[in-house]
Amino acid sequence: MLDAEFFRRWMTAAAASVDREAERLTALDSPIGDADHGSNMQRGFRAVTAVLEKEAPDTPGAILQLAGRQLISTVGGASGPLYGTLLRRTGKALGDAAEVTEEQLTEALRAGVDAVMALGGAAPGDKTMVDALVPAVDALGTSFRAASAAADEGAVATTPLQARKGRASYLGERSIGHQDPGATSSALLIAALVEASDE
Amino acid sequence: MSETEEKLVGIVLVSHSAAVAESVAALARALAGGGTTAPVAPAGGTVDGGFGTSSELVSAAAAAVDRGAGVAVLMDLGSAVLTVKALLAEGDELPENTRLVDAPFVEGAVAAVVTASTGADLAAVEAAAMEAYSYRKQ
Repeated sequence: MLDAEFFRRWMTAAAASVDREAERLTALDSPIGDADHGSNMQRGFRAVTAVLEKEAPDTPGAILQLAGRQLISTVGGASGPLYGTLLRRTGKALGDAAEVTEEQLTEALRAGVDAVMALGGAAPGDKTMVDALVPAVDALGTSFRAASAAADEGAVATTPLQARKGRASYLGERSIGHQDPGATSSALLIAALVEASDE
Repeated sequence: MSETEEKLVGIVLVSHSAAVAESVAALARALAGGGTTAPVAPAGGTVDGGFGTSSELVSAAAAAVDRGAGVAVLMDLGSAVLTVKALLAEGDELPENTRLVDAPFVEGAVAAVVTASTGADLAAVEAAAMEAYSYRKQ
C-alpha cells in the first residue's frame, strides 16, 4: 500500500530531480522553446515542497491536489497548468483514502494524463509530455521501474518527431531532432516514483 | 456605483505580457467611448514582472471586474489559454459565471468591452467577441 509518506517522498524526489536537471531542461527548451522550462519547473516544485511542509496534508489525494494547485499558481508557463492538472486530477481520483494500492495509483494517473490531453489537446506523437506519460502509465501495472524506463524511452523517442502542440509547433520541421523538454521532465516525475518506493 | 453599472459584464484580458494586456485594455476602453464603460482588468505576465501567465493575477483580475453579471476572459495564447482552462476546471478560483471567450485578443477585447458597456449579457458579449474572428482584413 502507498501512504501519504510515499506521496510526500514522491514530490520531494521530483523536486530534487528537477533541481538537478534544471539546466538540462532549459537547454532542451532553448532550440525549440523559450528557454525557461528548467527554471519554471524548479520554481514550481520548490513551491510544492514548501507548501507540503507548511500545510502537511495527510492523505495521498490531498497531497497531490495541493501540489497541483501550487504548480498552477507558481510555474508561469504552460507546464504550470499542465503539470498542475496532472497532479490535481490524479489526486482527485485518489479521493480521501489514507492509503492506496498501486493499481489505484495507476488508474488515478491515467485519469490525470487524460485530463492533460484534454486540456492541451495533445495526443501521443505530438512531441509533448504525453509521449512520456502515456507509456509510463501503461507500464505502471508492471512496476515503477518499468514505468520509469517507458517514460525515458518515450522522451527519447520524441527527438525525431515534429512538434504539433505548443510553441515548438511554430517551428514546423525545425522542431525535428530535438528531444522534447516536457517529455523529459515528465520522465523525471515518473523516475521519482522509483525513488519514493522501496523497490 | 450606479445600478446599471452593477449589472455590466466584466472583462479580463490575459496576455503573456503585462504591457500588452494593459495596452489592449486601454485601447478597448478608449474605443468603447464615453458614458459607462464595462469593468476591464488586465492580467499580464507573471507576478514578478516577467513574461508568462500568473493564475493569481488572473483570479485577482476576475474578482476585480465581477459585478455579478458574469466575467468574460479573453487571452492571447499558450499558457494563458491553458491557465484559464485549468482555473475554470477547478471551479473555485474564479467568480461564478466566468467564461473563457474564444476570440482574437485585440479585436475580441474591443468587441467585448463595447458590447458589455451597452449592458449586454455574458452570452451577447461572448458572441460579439467571437464574431471578431469573421472580420477579414483582406
